[in-house]
Amino acid sequence: MSDFLYLYRGGDSNRTPEEMQKTMEKWTSWFGDLGAKGKLKAIGEPLERTGRVVSKRTTITDGPYAEAKDLVGGYSIVTTKDIEEAAKLAEGCPIFDAGGFVEVRPIMQMSM
Amino acid sequence: MAEPGDHLFRREAGRMVAALTRLFGVHNLALAEDVVQDAFVRALEVWKLHGMPENPSAWLMATAKNRALDILRRERTARIYAPELGRLLESEWTLAPVVAEAFGESAIRDDQLRMMFSCCHPQLPEVAQVALMLNILCGFGVSEVASAFLSKRAAMEKRIARGKKVLAGSKRLFDLSDDRDVPERLQAVQRALYLFFNEGYHGAHAELAVRSELCVEAMRLAELLLAHPRAATPESHALIALMCFNAARLPTRVDASGNLSPLYEQDRTLWDALLIAKGEALLDRSATGDSVSEFHLEAAIASLHARAPTMEETSWPMIVTLYDTLLMMHPSPVVALNRAIAVGQRDGAESGLAAIEAIADVERLAEYPFYFAALGELEQRLGRTDAAREHFLTAKSRARNPMERRFFERRAVEAAG
Repeated sequence: MSDFLYLYRGGDSNRTPEEMQKTMEKWTSWFGDLGAKGKLKAIGEPLERTGRVVSKRTTITDGPYAEAKDLVGGYSIVTTKDIEEAAKLAEGCPIFDAGGFVEVRPIMQMSM
Repeated sequence: MAEPGDHLFRREAGRMVAALTRLFGVHNLALAEDVVQDAFVRALEVWKLHGMPENPSAWLMATAKNRALDILRRERTARIYAPELGRLLESEWTLAPVVAEAFGESAIRDDQLRMMFSCCHPQLPEVAQVALMLNILCGFGVSEVASAFLSKRAAMEKRIARGKKVLAGSKRLFDLSDDRDVPERLQAVQRALYLFFNEGYHGAHAELAVRSELCVEAMRLAELLLAHPRAATPESHALIALMCFNAARLPTRVDASGNLSPLYEQDRTLWDALLIAKGEALLDRSATGDSVSEFHLEAAIASLHARAPTMEETSWPMIVTLYDTLLMMHPSPVVALNRAIAVGQRDGAESGLAAIEAIADVERLAEYPFYFAALGELEQRLGRTDAAREHFLTAKSRARNPMERRFFERRAVEAAG
């Protein structure tokens, strides 16, 4: 079993209250499902859409990601057999409804 | 904890916009809507990972409130906010308490009421008034409003945008406590709510869920009237009583396969007894004062239907009398048609047909499918099946939606058989 990081990227927010409520319910059931299957190691945290990117001592406020579609909105950690399974599970993520996507990254294993 | 499907966001949207509009001024309605949208996005991002808080409504309100404080502090001089709050928003000493007050329960109730009165601006046609209420106070998106009215999205978008322009053009929200136009505007509000409810009750939307939601929303808004002494008139009570009686019967108007079900086929045991009782109580309370409105008469008719155990045991004589009074107040061929149908129940089909023939300006019903359906039903009862079938086919050709079309089609087939 290995751990994988889900980075939730993008997703437009211009939706009606009812659509948002539906989205909320889908997320709840998606995480509920991952948890029930024992795949969810850490549900993670949401991230503010603002921040600073520091590179070469130059501080850039609000990040370099002018494209909101690439912005990381939060993360979770899952435990699965391999990256195929992690990617397969990510296909059920409600973020696609909002035009966003999930980046699946293996968390590096520390070998003794 | 809110249950899925209880429309939390939608419900809170109207309350939040109403409170924020009070702070920002009605000319900043768009800003208020942005703040609500922001609060929802935030809620979504946090809740999807952390789960919903104990009291999601309070969480949303607090988020909107903090954002409002930020904006009012940062842009204190950049915009002119609510004129009636004026100075209070300029000083840090008064800003926080004023904002806190605006988000209190009774203030929000008041603001929703004022927004509702503002939406019923005399410059706007009734349909636009209802569309605005749905959009601003009920949190329906433009497409959802368009779908509720079975109209095109682009047309509805235009209509709502125009309505908001009129709203933003009025200096402030309608004030029930000192405006001289309260009685006149109240009448407009009642008419709009009546139309709003009927959009759900008689509406053509195929899904029962959509229609009952419209009814529920119309009733929720209408009940705000009862919370204000100047709006809680006998007419308002009668209007809500009427809504209760009709809402009680809503689930049986359409059967499980989405087909219209006429009164004589409805399973009366499925009518909502609680709503009927509530309607009766409101109708009792509406009987104060000396004026009788059409809401009183319609509610009284609906109450007689709701109380009757069967079609035959309905007090048709009373219903005819009530329709007579209604006709005197508001001569209308549709009301006259309903009266004729009641006459047909009271005195037999021949009399019903005679009453239909006697309708003044009957030609105005030439496109109304239920006029031909009524002729069909009466001919059918007289055993003149060919004539009945013809009428049902004419009704079908005038049907305004698939649900009506299927119903008249079925009646035409039954008449022939």
